[in-house]
Amino acid sequence: MHIQIDEIAKHFGPTAALHPVSLSIPSGALIALLGPSGSGKTTLLRILGGLEFPTSGRVLFDGQDATGLTVQERRAGFVFQSYALFRHMTVFENIAYGLRARPRRTRPTGPEIDRRVHKLLDLIQLPDIGARYPAQLSGGQRQRVALARALAIEPRMLLLDEPFGALDARVRKELRQGLREIHDATGLTTVFVTHDQDEAMELADLVVVMSMGQIEQIGKPAEIRAKPKTDFVRQFISA
Amino acid sequence: MSDTAFASRLPTALAATAEPAWVRRLLILTTLGLLGLLVLAPLAAVFAESLRNGIALAVASLGNRDALAAIRLTLIVAAVSVPMNAAAGIAAAWAITKFDWRGKALLITLIDLPFSVSPVVAGLCFVLLFGANSLIGGWLVAHGYPIVFALPGIVLATMFITFPFVARELIPVMTEQGRAEEEAALTLGASGWRMFLTVTLPNIRWALLYGVLLCNARAMGEFGAVAVVSGKIRGKTTTMPIMIEMLYNEYLSVAAFSMAALLAALALVTLTLKSALEWRYADQLAATHRH
Ligand SMILES: Nc1ncnc2c1ncn2[C@@H]1O[C@H](COP(=O)(O)OP(=O)(O)OP(=O)(O)O)[C@@H](O)[C@H]1O
Ligand SMILES: [Mg+2]
Repeated sequence: MHIQIDEIAKHFGPTAALHPVSLSIPSGALIALLGPSGSGKTTLLRILGGLEFPTSGRVLFDGQDATGLTVQERRAGFVFQSYALFRHMTVFENIAYGLRARPRRTRPTGPEIDRRVHKLLDLIQLPDIGARYPAQLSGGQRQRVALARALAIEPRMLLLDEPFGALDARVRKELRQGLREIHDATGLTTVFVTHDQDEAMELADLVVVMSMGQIEQIGKPAEIRAKPKTDFVRQFISA
Repeated sequence: MSDTAFASRLPTALAATAEPAWVRRLLILTTLGLLGLLVLAPLAAVFAESLRNGIALAVASLGNRDALAAIRLTLIVAAVSVPMNAAAGIAAAWAITKFDWRGKALLITLIDLPFSVSPVVAGLCFVLLFGANSLIGGWLVAHGYPIVFALPGIVLATMFITFPFVARELIPVMTEQGRAEEEAALTLGASGWRMFLTVTLPNIRWALLYGVLLCNARAMGEFGAVAVVSGKIRGKTTTMPIMIEMLYNEYLSVAAFSMAALLAALALVTLTLKSALEWRYADQLAATHRH
């Protein structure tokens, strides 16, 4: 799905989290929102997912105005920074949640839900952990379960907020590869937030560099490395 | 030189927060002593006094019409006010913890108000508001719905007094848990109501249970506010605590203490229930507190 962000601004009371920003995300792309803390990355991602509403501006999905769509109507697979797994449910129930929440008409049958959850557990290469609780998983496993849960709803796009933020370097590398593979297999338009430039440059097709609620530069990783457009970008990527 | 003096000159040998042994012993003994003196001894005295002339007499004194009416009224008041306060407490905790708005600080203060206002004053306020001489009360009485000196007034006063318990238990838990899990449920397509039932409620169930148990204990035991709004009409608007006071003032000490023992027993059942649940679900409690 093609995502168009058209002059989106967001204010929290007196603070402007986003000055009007515009961005076009081609269908099927894997893009990174890169920037320092407080630059507005999470805010932009939450606006895409329908968890926050912009003060002004529009969001278009495949050319259709989606600004007023509720979070449920957006059908965005959202992976939260701290994963936000349901702590009182097993991994299986976590992944099945979105399917069970559907209206009766479109809800899969019990055996079908079972089949889909197991397929997702295979996809994240953790086939045997369905019966465990989130508290019994490692950080990397939780991250993958959160991804499987987001994929279960057959989302129209995938939004990830610092998906590898809390993990050690080796696990990060592994999971980066995993995300790339899942993206390529599903072809979902994917936006992930990071403040790690290596992660952005290695993983993304397109990198969006943000600072203080503004977009500094949009480009392929190689372009941004070779031709930083502003002083901020030059300093940020050389840090 | 004593051992303790020696140890206190070697602070590195102890955990930084550990007190010397004699301080710890003193603190534990003082606590136990106070607990025995202020809680256990009076409780034991109530039971002993009620059973002084034999259990048969104690039970018989609870069996007369007025006593039964008081027990029934107390149970009805608790059965109505506790669920209403549970719902109101959840709503208040939700409003305070889940989003930001002006006047939030005021609401937090207001929730605590019943703790700081004397129950008698609270009761008088309800009489002023809903008494037969007031505007609202007069109209309601004329239409056959008296509030004061009747069940609705007793329920209202009890609700006012016990309002803080559920909200107070829930606010810290809901603050700590944040909104991420609920937002996750919404992105997965759940409606607000489904999110509440499948994510919010299971996450707060323990705090909610504690709040409800405390609320219930206080609802059954409230005296001051109820004494004012009930008018103490024997057999009609006397709850158990009011009845106890009346019997005591009439020198019917076995009857008074039997009723008191029953009221205390109801509270003890509540406490036991709480401990039993804590023990039974210890694993779950630990699991939901890890992350
Ligand atoms: N709910 C909110 N209320 C008030 N201000 C907010 C809120 N959410 C974000 N902000 C402000 O908006 C700005 C952008 O925040 P945002 O969370 O989008 O940054 P970020 O780029 O994701 O940072 P980080 O890398 O630290 O997560 C910050 O100044 C932040 O303080
Ligand atoms: Mg962020």
